[in-house]
Amino acid sequence: MTQPVLPTAQPSVSRRVVRALLAMASVLPAFPALANPQHPSAWQINLTRGDSGLSHDVWDLHMAVFWVCVCIGIVVYGVLVYSLFKFRKSKGAKPDTGFTHHTLLEVVWTTIPVLILIGLAYPASRLLVYENNTAGSQLTVKVTGVQWLWRYDYVDYLGQPIRHVGLISKLAEDSNEARQGVPGISPWNIKSKSGVRDYLLNVTEPLVVPTHTKIQFLITSVDVIHGFWVPALGWQADAIPGQIHDAWGEFDNPGTYRGQCAQLCGQDHAYMPIVIKAVPRSEFQQWLADRESKAHMDVISRTAQVVRASETQPQG
Amino acid sequence: MSTHAATHDDAQHDDVPKGFVHRWLFATNHKDIGTMYLVLALVMFFVGGTMAMVIRAELFEPGLQLVQPYFFNELTTLHGLVMIFGAIMPALVGLANWQIPLMIGAPDMALPRMNNLSFWIMPFAFLLMLSTLFMPGGAIAGGWVMYPPLILQTGESLAFTIFAIHLMGISSIMGSINIIATILNLRAPGVDLLKMPLFVWTWLITAFLLIAIMPVLAGAVTMLLTDKYFGTNFFNAAGGGDVLLYEHVFWFFGHPEVYVMILPAFGVISEVIPTFARKPLFGYKPMVYATASIAFLSFIVWAHHMFTVGLPVGAQLFFMYATMLIAVPTGVKVFNWVATMWKGSMTFETPMLFAVAFVILFTIGGFSGLMLGLVPADYQYHNSYFVVAHFHYVLVTGAAFGIMTGVYYWLPKWSGHMYSERWGKIHFWLSVISVNVLFFPQHFLGLAGMPRRIPDYNVAFADWNMVSSIGGFVFGATQLIFVGNIIYTVYFAKNQAPARVWEGAHGLEWEVPSPAPHHTFSTPPEIKPGMLAHGDIAH
Repeated sequence: MTQPVLPTAQPSVSRRVVRALLAMASVLPAFPALANPQHPSAWQINLTRGDSGLSHDVWDLHMAVFWVCVCIGIVVYGVLVYSLFKFRKSKGAKPDTGFTHHTLLEVVWTTIPVLILIGLAYPASRLLVYENNTAGSQLTVKVTGVQWLWRYDYVDYLGQPIRHVGLISKLAEDSNEARQGVPGISPWNIKSKSGVRDYLLNVTEPLVVPTHTKIQFLITSVDVIHGFWVPALGWQADAIPGQIHDAWGEFDNPGTYRGQCAQLCGQDHAYMPIVIKAVPRSEFQQWLADRESKAHMDVISRTAQVVRASETQPQG
Repeated sequence: MSTHAATHDDAQHDDVPKGFVHRWLFATNHKDIGTMYLVLALVMFFVGGTMAMVIRAELFEPGLQLVQPYFFNELTTLHGLVMIFGAIMPALVGLANWQIPLMIGAPDMALPRMNNLSFWIMPFAFLLMLSTLFMPGGAIAGGWVMYPPLILQTGESLAFTIFAIHLMGISSIMGSINIIATILNLRAPGVDLLKMPLFVWTWLITAFLLIAIMPVLAGAVTMLLTDKYFGTNFFNAAGGGDVLLYEHVFWFFGHPEVYVMILPAFGVISEVIPTFARKPLFGYKPMVYATASIAFLSFIVWAHHMFTVGLPVGAQLFFMYATMLIAVPTGVKVFNWVATMWKGSMTFETPMLFAVAFVILFTIGGFSGLMLGLVPADYQYHNSYFVVAHFHYVLVTGAAFGIMTGVYYWLPKWSGHMYSERWGKIHFWLSVISVNVLFFPQHFLGLAGMPRRIPDYNVAFADWNMVSSIGGFVFGATQLIFVGNIIYTVYFAKNQAPARVWEGAHGLEWEVPSPAPHHTFSTPPEIKPGMLAHGDIAH
């Protein structure tokens, strides 16, 4: 009892309250940390910040409008809840039947929202114009939605056309078996090499792109409307038959970024994920060169087959 | 001759038609038709709700447990169509049928036989639509928006569904003509336009919206029909058509349609809050003007449902600004409701509880609506569960809560008995808690990247989906209390409701006895000072 209490070992109550409040406050900024840009996390409650300047801008706009809504909500709900408790008949409140209109109030609560909206519209418009400008992109990829898979074709890179490099990306075999109820495979057991539980978010072959590169996506469809949505890019774009929808995105860090078809496209709509593997530029260049030479060899061998076939075939 | 006719009429008037066929099948009485609309809506609410329960059960955990993906899509599609056209709209028309003549001092709707036809089309339209579930190939499964080319992959059920939609459209248009004709022609002397109750105002504006948009929907679905069966290429890119044409035409209908579902609910709330605050509605005229502004703006914002289709930047900017603008009159409505409560003397019977929950929760839907209105943010929210959360906040805690508010508020007038306040409050508290457990986590799911309309999902989405499903089951079960309370009130309650059911209620419907006699206001009422809620105050 008489021993002196060391302040460092036993902080005062007020200090502990402050610490608890700080800890609680730190949870709010921690929410984006919960959101992994590459794939969704359990109990995630907020949008991912994504992995590029563009997606960060989108996230900032999202948070700005969120906090504006919170502030308006505090004011409106504050007045409402105050009224609910203050102006109760059981508390002896008498109705002020004369308080039924107030022109100045009406003008004020029309004008203030307009000003707030202008404040939101300005950054939104700037970002929208920036986001829709695909000029200056260094890699062009054509994305084609098909019931129920994605086809990717590389169009050009650093101004050079790319020939015959494309790939078909469909739901990976383990997810496909699990979703069809093959015994012994549970959605919970499906994991990528790096340990990500990627049920329905893994594919046979991902789209490979370089980091730090403005990538133009030309998005279309051959059958019904699909939706190309990778949250890390910061946007989604509909794939519409008969139209080419251009959009652009970028990745700052290597990684495997996962998304899904967003537009209802028939019975297997839930089973056509999008996986983008971002790799350093040098690695991408190597990958592209390999694919190009393989495609070139394929063309040569196919031509040879055709020539041999026409030589042996009787004319007529 | 004329005397004879008059006495003959009088004898008929006090008679309720005998026999089921005469009373209901040949019904021309606005109260009977209103009742039938409300019963149909309640039945369809449970049909659509059952589908929602299956959807939430399938989404309870990852993996497919209950239904196949195609059937899941049939369920989401029909859930939407049934709830919109079968539950919300008929319920609001039922409220209009009962209340508009009572509120404006009219003896009945202006066109009683057409009223009969517009009701009796509906059950057959829904039988037709629901029967497609049992057809080879199943019902349509392309979502309630029925986007081509996907919807054209459906079997023959598409033709049946489109015919059902045509019937519902005809019914809605006839109902709207009737409402407009009633309000513009049958008001009792002294009930000027700007003295009408807000509920009547909102329905007048809604009826004009319906007449404007239902033919547009009919056109869109007819083009689907000819594309499928007659070789036209309206929406077939390979034949020179344009898929986006459908989206534009559909949403030109679809956006005002969402206001069709919410404006009359605004009207109900604008009746209930003044009654229980014992104070006239704050800012009556701004409320009327705000309703009209929302209706006008609803015609120029359709493309915000299409922000991700790749419209030109200029068009996206225009539709973003127009969409944001809707927040202004909607805000005016919310502020005026709050100001009505301010300096009031409030009590919290069940209708008031639902009305307060409406204001709070509809506003959450409004906030997420504002977020969705900002195009760059919408690129992330679009077609995700965030959108599902948004429109269920405005349609369930908005429109459906508004309808429940109206039912609890006017049921004593209709039935002559008080509902059970105790069970009403239990229904309210269970509903308001479970509906938030049901829909609030869906915001999180959408932001985390879960698309809408999927039967199966990655395990990262498992936790919030389970929470949402539990909320859904509780919410669904809670609605049985609502039905139980209505049945109790109509058939078993003993306590007689007074003419003026609520202490603070003003308006002509409270001048007639409870239950409202089969025929009311056969001669127009004489309006005395204080009778109308908005009669004697210069706003």
